[in-house]
Amino acid sequence: MIQFLFKGLMRDKSRSLIPIIVVALGVIITVFLQSLLSGVIGDSIESTANFTTGHVKVMTRSYSENSSQLPNDLALLGVDTLKESLQKQFPEMTWAERIQFGGLLDAPDSSGHTRSQGNVSGMGIRLLNSTEEISRMNLGPTLVSGKFPSNPGEMLLSDELCRKMKLKPGDKVTLISSGMYGDMAMYNFTVSGTLHFGITMLDRGLMIADIEDVRSALYMENASGEILGFFTNARYDNKLAKEAAKSFNAQYVNSQDKFAPVMLPLSEMNDMGFLVAYSENVQGIIVTIFIIAMAIVLWNAGLLGGLRRYGEFGLRLAIGESKHEVYLTIVAESLLIGIVGSVIGVIVGLLISWYMQTVGWDISSMMKDSNFLMPSVMRAHISSTTYYIGFVPGIFSTVIGAMLAGIGIYKRQTANLFKELEG
Amino acid sequence: MKTIVEVKNLVKKFPIGDGFFTALKGVNLIFTEGEFTGLVGPSGSGKTTLLNIIGTLDVPTDGDVIVLSKSVGNLSPKEAAQLRKEELGFIFQNYNLLPVYTVFENVEFPLLLLKMSAGERKQRVLETLEWVGLTDKVKSRPSQLSGGECQRVAIARAMVKRPRLVLADEPTANLDAANSHHILQTMEKLNRELKTTFIFATHDEKVIGYLHRIIRLADGKVVEDSSPLNSPKGDLKSESSQGTITNNNDLDSSPSGRLGGAL
Repeated sequence: MIQFLFKGLMRDKSRSLIPIIVVALGVIITVFLQSLLSGVIGDSIESTANFTTGHVKVMTRSYSENSSQLPNDLALLGVDTLKESLQKQFPEMTWAERIQFGGLLDAPDSSGHTRSQGNVSGMGIRLLNSTEEISRMNLGPTLVSGKFPSNPGEMLLSDELCRKMKLKPGDKVTLISSGMYGDMAMYNFTVSGTLHFGITMLDRGLMIADIEDVRSALYMENASGEILGFFTNARYDNKLAKEAAKSFNAQYVNSQDKFAPVMLPLSEMNDMGFLVAYSENVQGIIVTIFIIAMAIVLWNAGLLGGLRRYGEFGLRLAIGESKHEVYLTIVAESLLIGIVGSVIGVIVGLLISWYMQTVGWDISSMMKDSNFLMPSVMRAHISSTTYYIGFVPGIFSTVIGAMLAGIGIYKRQTANLFKELEG
Repeated sequence: MKTIVEVKNLVKKFPIGDGFFTALKGVNLIFTEGEFTGLVGPSGSGKTTLLNIIGTLDVPTDGDVIVLSKSVGNLSPKEAAQLRKEELGFIFQNYNLLPVYTVFENVEFPLLLLKMSAGERKQRVLETLEWVGLTDKVKSRPSQLSGGECQRVAIARAMVKRPRLVLADEPTANLDAANSHHILQTMEKLNRELKTTFIFATHDEKVIGYLHRIIRLADGKVVEDSSPLNSPKGDLKSESSQGTITNNNDLDSSPSGRLGGAL
């Protein structure tokens, strides 16, 4: 019987081909949107994590409360020991100390007098003898001229600020800032390279130096404003991050020390909560939208097909099938169409997603002068979810559409269905 | 003769607006095994409604219809479907062949519901197609057949499961005279050789000419129940709601115009 129905389904293109195309298109869009949104949102989260928040961040309580002011006088002390203990407690994460600071950069002329000055937003990261932070922050493609620091006292500066201050790699500058203990700090750097991010916030005046130089400059020996933790698999996991923070903070819950360390997950920093929640719910949102939209389309297609087939149903009732059996065969047919359409849709959707993951879409021209941190190449991200997510709307919507359309069989009197034969 | 269908004081009402339309008004009839009977009457006389109730596609409002010892009014939908599946065959005015299937597959369909083995199905289908003279059209689609051929496929589909009762609603309405006679000869031969009971709903004079028993309906009542003089069945039982039985000798039931050698 199933073979008989399958034969009919394959031969009647209006019952098979059109619904399969509708299902496949819906599934393609679902798969592609899921992977694209997952990729774009995930990449935005990762960019923020890599530059500012980490997947989790350890600070002192006071620093955490005033973090927007970059209060290095409230920085963590004894960072080596703390980092060691973090590495032991959370071996699934890597840890990076960072110091964020602000200051004035002074460029002297040949006689030592001020030639130009500019405000900088600085960052001290591990640059010497390690490329970990360079690759984490993807600094390679942003290097416009010069080279990455290879000696103490060298630093990277925004290309835009360099042009404004008429600086080039090799020039010497002086950072004027405030030290950890509130005193004035001055430190000489050599510009080793210039950077361009395409993001106004960073290009306006970013300065990146090795963390040991920054410590020396700001009198922060073995201190650091922040220690950032990153999951070694490179993608942010909100559940794991929250668990890590909870477990770490539990050690200090009874401490009255305002300099006691505190760990925050990314979702609790920089208003990232919404983006993380959206990222977590995006699959459910897409699937729900497509189930409803496709079910309505397929319901209507089913109704139209059903009206056309009332004659056939009447005949089948006359031959001896019950309404229930006729209804079940309609649902079975829709299940078959849903599976075939979903398989096709998932394959094509994955191919498109794979292309978007590998090649991506360069939106750097659109991102010019943007004020927020997001990658200049939009990429999809294929995860395990991408492989099965299309089946949910593909099969559900087809079956729901057919079930709704098929209700008409029960609502019509058998004799009325039978009369359709004569119509 | 064994009783196949017994209609007892049958009333059928259909709701129309706030009231009812009474399609059948106390009909009493008995149909015995091997009959070749026609329900004859104008549109709205109740013949199709009666055929539907006998075919378990509808239920009585009052009274009862016993089909093969089963009361139609008491059958569950499942039991009614089972009865149709095993014992009843239907032939329709518009043939109602499934257009995407071949002749063989259309005829095979009722046997699939009976869960017959593939070998047995094939044998039955080919045998039945031979009866109706369509062995050369096994792989054809309905769209490739003439109207007469389509109706012969429909007859084969009704007969393939060897039903005890075949209900035919205006089976010749869409056919020309030659094809109508051909079809009727086919059915008459099946009736004669297989002892299958045929009940027609018709107002086609060509059909009436072949009937062994004619039941005339008008306004939901049996107004005449007769056996034409040349009918081989002279012992038909009949009861009309009015209690009158009339022989209608005006009908041209002569087989003189029939085509020979259909089978």
